[in-house]
Amino acid sequence: MLTKRIIACLDVDDGRVVKGVQFLNLRDAGDPADCAAAHARDGADEIVLLDITATSDKRRTMLDVVGRTARGLFIPFTVGGGIRELSDAGDVFEAGADKIAINSAAVKDPALIGKIAARFGSQAVVVAIDARRMNGSFEVFVAGGRIPTGRDALQWARQAADCGAGEILLTSMDRDGTQAGFDCELVQIVADAVSIPVIASGGAGSAQDFIDVFRNGRADAALAASIFHFGIENIGQLKRELSAASIPVRWPC
Amino acid sequence: MIAIVDYGAGNLNSVKKAFDYLGAEVVVTTHPETVAKADKIVLPGVGHFSALGVLDQTGLREVLLQGARAGKPFLGICLGMQWLFDGSDEAPQLEGAGILAGRCQPFPSSVKSPHVGWNSLLPKESSVREASDWKSSRLLRNVAADSFVYYTHSFQAPVVDATTAASEYGARFSAVVEQENIFGVQFHPEKSWTVGLLILKTFCEVEC
Repeated sequence: MLTKRIIACLDVDDGRVVKGVQFLNLRDAGDPADCAAAHARDGADEIVLLDITATSDKRRTMLDVVGRTARGLFIPFTVGGGIRELSDAGDVFEAGADKIAINSAAVKDPALIGKIAARFGSQAVVVAIDARRMNGSFEVFVAGGRIPTGRDALQWARQAADCGAGEILLTSMDRDGTQAGFDCELVQIVADAVSIPVIASGGAGSAQDFIDVFRNGRADAALAASIFHFGIENIGQLKRELSAASIPVRWPC
Repeated sequence: MIAIVDYGAGNLNSVKKAFDYLGAEVVVTTHPETVAKADKIVLPGVGHFSALGVLDQTGLREVLLQGARAGKPFLGICLGMQWLFDGSDEAPQLEGAGILAGRCQPFPSSVKSPHVGWNSLLPKESSVREASDWKSSRLLRNVAADSFVYYTHSFQAPVVDATTAASEYGARFSAVVEQENIFGVQFHPEKSWTVGLLILKTFCEVEC
């Protein structure tokens, strides 16, 4: 049976994993390669590494980090942040990523999705969507959530899928960092609208939140960052609880 | 020496990296001569079946068929496994190797496509766990039934005589096929954590 995936996300700034609350009070959470390996051993089904600053001068550092992290990692590995064109994606794949995540660049030029998919396959292209509740619907934001686009998240997800995206990584900006639970309504409307897998992100705080987003949100996968880093929620423990709630998970690994 | 055939379909780094980790001597190559000289062949690949057309245009097809017929250990991964069959509805104009009878088809409309994620390996026959076909698998001899492996694909190969393990998504499809020294896996062993590494290690140990 196909299982629901638990994805560990590492936010990386200048070669180190960092985590803050609502992007404030950034705390050093370790070396990306060490963190990724530890999460894989704990039972993470995938690793996502996000370059949260993604400035051009830090690009080389990031590619080195991707290479070091990929070397000992034998589960799917996605890298996002700062990918603006096909050659950026090529560099990241060359460094060892299996998938890339694109956000702002895809909104600006949806054809980029198809270009990367044509070269590396749809399975390698994750379109990340940051959405916020606005007057009863969900609006897409770009540039790390700073700029509203006026686009509807549901329509954008459909378009991204039509353009050749392999998966949607859907983040609720309202819930991000709050540990108040995933936005199941947002996840469910998108998951029902596209045939590609939807990864729910933003708001994970407890095992029950994961149960809710798989059951009510119909997510194919769920991603969390902060709760895994400092041992607040061990992935193995989370999977045991999901399993007890009859959510199919890869456990024991 | 193991030749990993590079025909432009997807990123081969991760396949090479897994063999490197296991200490195997591997080379990633586009050259038919290098493939012909190798002791073992790995045909990876992910994406659209039409990508396999490159094999026909570069002379790799003949070399791969010769190697497989001569009993050279051969491992097809994902698209590389689908190539062993007659063809795929994904690119009907293209011929597969025809080593295994049957065509690859899309998933039933009852399930989302592509099939992405970790799924369990099952004996070919649903009724009997620890079925004899599982025991007869050379590739899976170190792997327990119900082990999880990572998939990402939109088309699936039918369950045939050579199938030694299946997975279920909408319906049963071939997860592992074996015929003499020819092996194929639909999932990505290089991304399937310890289970996948065990399978690759077992392939490395197959006698030439």
